[in-house]
Amino acid sequence: MIDLPIIFTVLMGAAILAYVVLDGYDLGVGMLMPAASRDEQNRMVASIGPFWDANETWLVLGIGLLLVAFPAAHGEILGALYLPVAAMLVGLMLRGVAFELRIKAEGWHRELWNWLFWAGSTLASLAQGFMLGRYITGFAPGIGYWLFALVVAGGLCGGYVLLGATWLVHRTDGPLQTKAIAWAKWGLLWVALGVALVSLGTPLVSETVREKWFDFPRTLALMVLPLSTLMVWIWIWISLGRSDWKPFAGAVAIYVLAFLGLAYSLFPFVIIDRMTIWDAAAHPSALVFMLVGTTIVLPFIIGYTFYAYRVFRGKVTGGDPYS
Amino acid sequence: MEEAVLLARAQFGLNIAFHILFPTITIGLAWLLVVFRIRYERTRDPAWLGTYKLWVKVFALTFAMGVVTGIVMSFQFGTNWPGYMNKVGNVAGPLLAYEVLTAFFLEATFLGVMLFGMNKVSGRMHVASAIIVAFGTTVSAFWILALNSWMQTPTGHVFENGVLIAGSWLEVIFNPSFPYRLTHMLLASGITASFVVAGLSAWRLLKAPSDPSAAKTLRFGVHIAAVLVPLQVIVGDLHGLNTLKHQPAKVAALEAIWKTERGAALTLFGFPNEKEKRTDYAIMIPKAGSLILAHDADAEIKGLDAFKDHPPVAPVFWSFRIMVGMGVLMLVLAWTGTLILRKRTPRWLLWAFAGFTFSGWVATLAGWMVTEIGRQPWLVTGILRTADAAGDVSGAELGASMTGYVLTYGALLLSYMVVLTHLSGKGSQ
Repeated sequence: MIDLPIIFTVLMGAAILAYVVLDGYDLGVGMLMPAASRDEQNRMVASIGPFWDANETWLVLGIGLLLVAFPAAHGEILGALYLPVAAMLVGLMLRGVAFELRIKAEGWHRELWNWLFWAGSTLASLAQGFMLGRYITGFAPGIGYWLFALVVAGGLCGGYVLLGATWLVHRTDGPLQTKAIAWAKWGLLWVALGVALVSLGTPLVSETVREKWFDFPRTLALMVLPLSTLMVWIWIWISLGRSDWKPFAGAVAIYVLAFLGLAYSLFPFVIIDRMTIWDAAAHPSALVFMLVGTTIVLPFIIGYTFYAYRVFRGKVTGGDPYS
Repeated sequence: MEEAVLLARAQFGLNIAFHILFPTITIGLAWLLVVFRIRYERTRDPAWLGTYKLWVKVFALTFAMGVVTGIVMSFQFGTNWPGYMNKVGNVAGPLLAYEVLTAFFLEATFLGVMLFGMNKVSGRMHVASAIIVAFGTTVSAFWILALNSWMQTPTGHVFENGVLIAGSWLEVIFNPSFPYRLTHMLLASGITASFVVAGLSAWRLLKAPSDPSAAKTLRFGVHIAAVLVPLQVIVGDLHGLNTLKHQPAKVAALEAIWKTERGAALTLFGFPNEKEKRTDYAIMIPKAGSLILAHDADAEIKGLDAFKDHPPVAPVFWSFRIMVGMGVLMLVLAWTGTLILRKRTPRWLLWAFAGFTFSGWVATLAGWMVTEIGRQPWLVTGILRTADAAGDVSGAELGASMTGYVLTYGALLLSYMVVLTHLSGKGSQ
């Protein structure tokens, strides 16, 4: 017998990880906008132009899978996160529209849309981190838990800046790339602080997580995760300035490792200590119908996503983005 | 509780109304772009290239508006209507997920190729991208209308231990009102897009009368509209017959028929008075109601008195008249335009088309209000009442987020329309 809720947990997790990495780099590029000159801003935006629509679609898929596969959790989670979700949505709307409108605007209008693009990216990133922080603690009340969520919000922004900066290292050259290398180093320091605080904080705020991690001798095996994160971190630092693609690959690896750690902490809960994936799962008839579609369509999606990244490979130059 | 339901409905209604504006344009415009792009591929006429490049920008902007407002929708299903997913999630969820899987990624990815890839892929591949995007928008309409139609006329579901699940997915998807609703919406989108194309081209011609691209696209838009609007009249009539069969209370409300009778009159105009159960100052045509609704002057039409639950009369009555009235104006304008544009391009006609740029929005929104308010008090006919689906989000949270949405939407809509006018004013050169 196949365990459908497990399959859908993996699928939903993969979709959310894909979202965080993919939209993460373009949100990061958005947050870095004020640090660049006008010409550089145009190239930065051009580097994410063909991709950002599809990147955000992974969020719809992740939330869609939550809605479809775990309907009971969807209502509960989004109800508890009502205001940060609204803030994130306003942020995503602003940046999405600013992205289109800044290309078509001139003069101070373009400056205004640039500013809104930055503001929308930052608001959405902060809100996502805040949601993650609230989610990890199972929406526990109390000032300490809210502070924890704020720390996660800051940490996730740092992570997105790192992704954005290393993306730019990969996709640009010349003075902009030099700047991006410096941004990536700041991002790395920021991420180190964020990951350390969140990793130490999570066992403190959740007993369930504490027991899962500090249970000898399992703890020794689990140390693989933080140790490989540290090694990847060092690898990124060393390859910055030496390789164009390694820093971005490393940043993605950090996200994958952090995600695995988080998944281990939470499993089998979809809302920690309250609702397991089996409690929340939809009826098998719905899950089977979905699984058939996903199995057929997902390979195509992955295939043409690779195709798009192949078509738009190489360094971004200036000029008319629509040619 | 009452207030929270009302606020939740108002907020969701605002969001979904704001969202539908953009797909309504993109579904139709995507196919028009396919035509522009293929004509350029065949003729290599720079005027068609200019046309394509101008309209693909309009498309990209409209699509982005649709994406960002659509993301809001995907969250609000859970936040505003948790009871909806709890009760019918096993049917509604997979249909939504299929939309994401089969349409959204396709559209978003190949729009990137369409926009930025003209010099990076072959001409044939670029044409294919345009077709894939248009196909994606239509597939997206397919799933969302399957779900909406199922909520209107549910079939194919069974209850297993009190849980609603799909017995037959084919019956769920191809429920009785689905073919009519899908065709009605696709035509609405085609008409809306052709009026946008005609209207913005007319606006350009008012500023630059000798622009050859704008003259071409004006004629193109007008001709498409002149074909699609009459088709819509026929499809709308068939859709009405279907609604009378499956949702008679909705029809009784939109025609303000208070009592069941044979040879029911048609109310052209009047003020529905729900307290007294009559229409004040009504202008009526005897027997025409039965004739139009059942295609038989003496047919019996069920009035509102026959239904325990029926929708509020005035909003449905008025929305229906706005939709039909707008449709008639659009029909007249499209045909007048077709006749006159063969010989000349008078300025008054350009002004008329420019003024009707967003007329499709008015008709489409009014049509959606008819069908959605017309389904009340049900969220899913006979299965789930709207009041039972609302969540326990506090009025304060709803109020705060609503303020945020209203301000954002107002600013976005204004910017969108200004930029569209500005883009088209500059033309394709």
